[in-house]
Amino acid sequence: MATTALEVASAVRAGERSARAVVEEHLAVIGEREAEVHAFNLVMADEARERADAVDAAVAAGSDPGPLAGVPVALKDNMCTRGVPTTCSSRILAQWRPPYDATTVERLTAAGAVIIGKTNLDEFAMGSSTENSAFGPTKNPHDTSRVPGGSSGGSAAAVAAGFAPLALGSDTGGSVRQPAALCGVVGVKPTYGAVSRYGLLAFASSLDQIGPFAHTVADAATLYEAIAGHDPRDSTSIPEPAAPVSSWLDDGVDGMRVGVISELSGGGIEGIASDVQARVRVAADALAAAGATVEETSVPSVIYGLTAYYLIAPAEASSNLARYDGVRYGLRVDGPNTEAMNVATRTAGFGDEVKRRIMLGTYALSAGYYDAYYGKAQRVRTLIIDDFAAAYEKYDVLLSPTSPTTAFELGAKVADPMTMYVNDVCTIPSNLAGHPAISVPYGVGDDGLPVGVQVLAPLMGDVTMFRVAAALERSLP
Amino acid sequence: MSSPISRDDVAHVARLARLELTPDELDRFTGQLAAVLDHAADVEALDVTDVEPTHHPYPLRNVQRADVVVPSCDRDEVLAEAPASEDGRFRVPPVLGEEA
Amino acid sequence: MTDTAPVVEPTLPDGWELVVGLEVHCELSTATKLFCGCRNRFGDDPNTNVCPVCLGLPGSLPVLNGSAVDYAMRLGLALNCTVNPAVFARKNYFYPDMPKDYQVTQYDLPTSTDGHLELPDGTVVGIERAHIEEDTGKSTHVGGSGRIHDATHSLVDYNRAGIPLVEIVSRPDIRTVESARAYASELRAILTSIDVSDAKMEEGSMRVDANVSVRPIGSDELRTRCEVKNINSIRSLGRAIEYEANRHIDLYDSGQTPRQETRHWDEANGRSTSGRSKEDSEDYRYFPEPDLVPLDPTGAQVDAIAEAMPPLPSARRHALADAAGLEAGSVALVVERGQDELALAAISAGADGGIVIKHLENNLADGTGELTAESFAALAAMEADGRLSATQAKTVLTDLVASGGDPTSIAAAHGFEAMDTGELDAILDRLIADNPDEWGRFVDGDRKVQGFFVGQIMKATKGQADGKVVNMLMQQRAAG
Repeated sequence: MATTALEVASAVRAGERSARAVVEEHLAVIGEREAEVHAFNLVMADEARERADAVDAAVAAGSDPGPLAGVPVALKDNMCTRGVPTTCSSRILAQWRPPYDATTVERLTAAGAVIIGKTNLDEFAMGSSTENSAFGPTKNPHDTSRVPGGSSGGSAAAVAAGFAPLALGSDTGGSVRQPAALCGVVGVKPTYGAVSRYGLLAFASSLDQIGPFAHTVADAATLYEAIAGHDPRDSTSIPEPAAPVSSWLDDGVDGMRVGVISELSGGGIEGIASDVQARVRVAADALAAAGATVEETSVPSVIYGLTAYYLIAPAEASSNLARYDGVRYGLRVDGPNTEAMNVATRTAGFGDEVKRRIMLGTYALSAGYYDAYYGKAQRVRTLIIDDFAAAYEKYDVLLSPTSPTTAFELGAKVADPMTMYVNDVCTIPSNLAGHPAISVPYGVGDDGLPVGVQVLAPLMGDVTMFRVAAALERSLP
Repeated sequence: MSSPISRDDVAHVARLARLELTPDELDRFTGQLAAVLDHAADVEALDVTDVEPTHHPYPLRNVQRADVVVPSCDRDEVLAEAPASEDGRFRVPPVLGEEA
Repeated sequence: MTDTAPVVEPTLPDGWELVVGLEVHCELSTATKLFCGCRNRFGDDPNTNVCPVCLGLPGSLPVLNGSAVDYAMRLGLALNCTVNPAVFARKNYFYPDMPKDYQVTQYDLPTSTDGHLELPDGTVVGIERAHIEEDTGKSTHVGGSGRIHDATHSLVDYNRAGIPLVEIVSRPDIRTVESARAYASELRAILTSIDVSDAKMEEGSMRVDANVSVRPIGSDELRTRCEVKNINSIRSLGRAIEYEANRHIDLYDSGQTPRQETRHWDEANGRSTSGRSKEDSEDYRYFPEPDLVPLDPTGAQVDAIAEAMPPLPSARRHALADAAGLEAGSVALVVERGQDELALAAISAGADGGIVIKHLENNLADGTGELTAESFAALAAMEADGRLSATQAKTVLTDLVASGGDPTSIAAAHGFEAMDTGELDAILDRLIADNPDEWGRFVDGDRKVQGFFVGQIMKATKGQADGKVVNMLMQQRAAG
């Protein structure tokens, strides 16, 4: 799709293009490639047309439908849409229809956006390839023999394939940024608490954060501004309005200090591919050329991030997913008593990766192991925050790869969970710290597939993060 | 070093989590969970006794709402999603556990 | 503990001491639930006060009710606790009436700790903690006899799910059944007087569980305790503790030891039964609730709540007892009913404290209506100086409660005037003539027949004779 979300919105607001026509164009692209890519669990064609007509009616009536007027947005299928199935790509939710909209959905609507469908994900957002979906994997639009990354693989693929100019995903350990990198689009994890989690089906509550996908940093910034800002329905929501990230995009990096995290760039954690490392060096050079001071720097405790994450996230998940018990909604597999019904329902309803993490988390919290596992992991989290704080005394932003490799083959890593988990090694530290981070597509690797470069910023540093990302984007040929 | 989680441990957490595993699954999950926990050995070796845990990445305190009634959900809409309902209530098979 | 002889529960065999701690759950009477804006109200149609939050629907998040926190802090201060910074935790276990299959509660950092409560008889019971948590829904077991064990299915109503509770955990300081009952009554009195809970055991807004153990007198060990649940009244509480303690003693006497477990009080059969063994579910995997942030009340906030605290039952008992010239324990009922303000006003208007307390206790259980302190004092004065008999005073009091007015004119309207003794003499003459044998026995000192004569005179005067005057006349006659 040649046009950006900003161009679409501008044309629709000006009455130069109808929102309905925009929707039809995107539905046509979906018609051409969706069977091959499988980005969606549900294409909401009728709802999208209806919504587009309402946007057009507003424009005709002289009112402004908002900054995302008529822009199709693909929504990860773990955000509640009233009356529309919300499945988390799990059998256990069957065709659950929530009686309410997520805050992000309300805000998208208020901004004039048109939700075009619910996208595929790793079941309950647990995975890095979108292969853990109960409804089959999503394919990478750049090479359909490869994964799109995950867990928001459907959203990343939808944007990459031109199904929608914008999408929302959720990022618990990299689930927006890593698929963005693998699909060659921009992906953002805002500061924890910047975007309301109300209506996001929880995976790990202290790590989950909703974030945008887009083709350009400016589009992502506009979507960020539409969904961010305080929400009284989320107790962990930052009590401030959305940061005006768009207004700083053109300010450049002259005089800024940039640190390249050595542990994530070949100097600590193994398995970061050399072609990926090479692209990070090109990006660093480009920022230096644009006037920034760039240095390698150490954030020592990031090497413990993966371990801490794979104790904390499953622990919280084991509790968050207890409610899927067959009593109130979703799947029920009957049994002679409620206990047996719970067991039968959960055993049939959850896939292997979800069961693995529920059991791992249950173990990490159980009597006698809490201190050694969950308790310790939360302390390691503090170490990582402290190390980042030290780094941010010297640097405005940090730089690293987003994903250790480019998109891998479908099925390549499903047999060994630990191999799959390593995909998140560069993205996890920001979730543990609550910090914002963005993946900017920055050329291709040796296999010709997209590489993402990650810009990390301190807590509430979303403005700086977007500003550096925009500079990076401008440095591309 | 010995395995950080035994087959019995996995069976125990499966029971706690209301999951049923076949003997094959039990073997496979035990191996996989042990691999993840083996990886945790580096963290186990860290001395963090003087480090406070972080439970919330963004430090907020005393977030509260006013004690004001807001409309509840429509019961029919809620019960329409229930696997079984009767007389305006959610219906479940008999409960083995004691009354709470 | 004082150094006086230990208080011994009279229903236990010699040599055994009762050790009881109580866990009381009370529902806070806020307008809305703990984490959502659904109505907090008993008795509505099932599942009408529910929303995504209290149904635990996927994606919903809790937001703490500020009033619930204020109420909990007020209660903590009323129980002489320290009010602390607090953290909510998740207690994980599966149960169909718990929508999220975890309960949000306070675990290692509760709002209130280390307090005490003084019973009317002066006994002090330590309070370990008072923490905030959410209530569960309510299951109805259908089919069979309607009990859980042989039901064909259960129906769940989530109106109660998420209603704010405070759980008050006492120290194991209670040594008698009577103290346990007094503790529950006192707690109820505190809850209602500081206006944080209805504290109705019959509606479940106050629920009492008892941790019961026994030990040989003189020992300070804490032996295996059993938690007895499903106690639905203060009377049941006494029965349940007595039963459970004796069950333990029987076990020890036969060389066995009780198993630590939760037991259920069966009021109909007067016994406790063992709950199903739940070896796994005891591992609740508590961890800090990531969807809620810590509570950290400022000193000024706590001070403001303390300053706005109404007088508490123990202080009110002491004040009224002092004014009435009675023991604190004997005015407990009046204070519990909230009638102490009227009593104090009547006494300060000149009424006899004993008469005021007697009427409030015996005749004014259903409320004091239009009764004012002044008319109460005037009535008490008429009764004290014999212008009205006790029975007449009660009649006048009933009118004063119903429609107010002046006791003197009400008495007159009823024709209550102190009877002259001539009239009573005539009646007594007639009774002596009609019942010479009985009179003879009375003269010979058989006081049992006194009641017969008093009754006959009351009957003849339609209750208007003053009992004291009748007794005096009979004594004079017999001596004469």
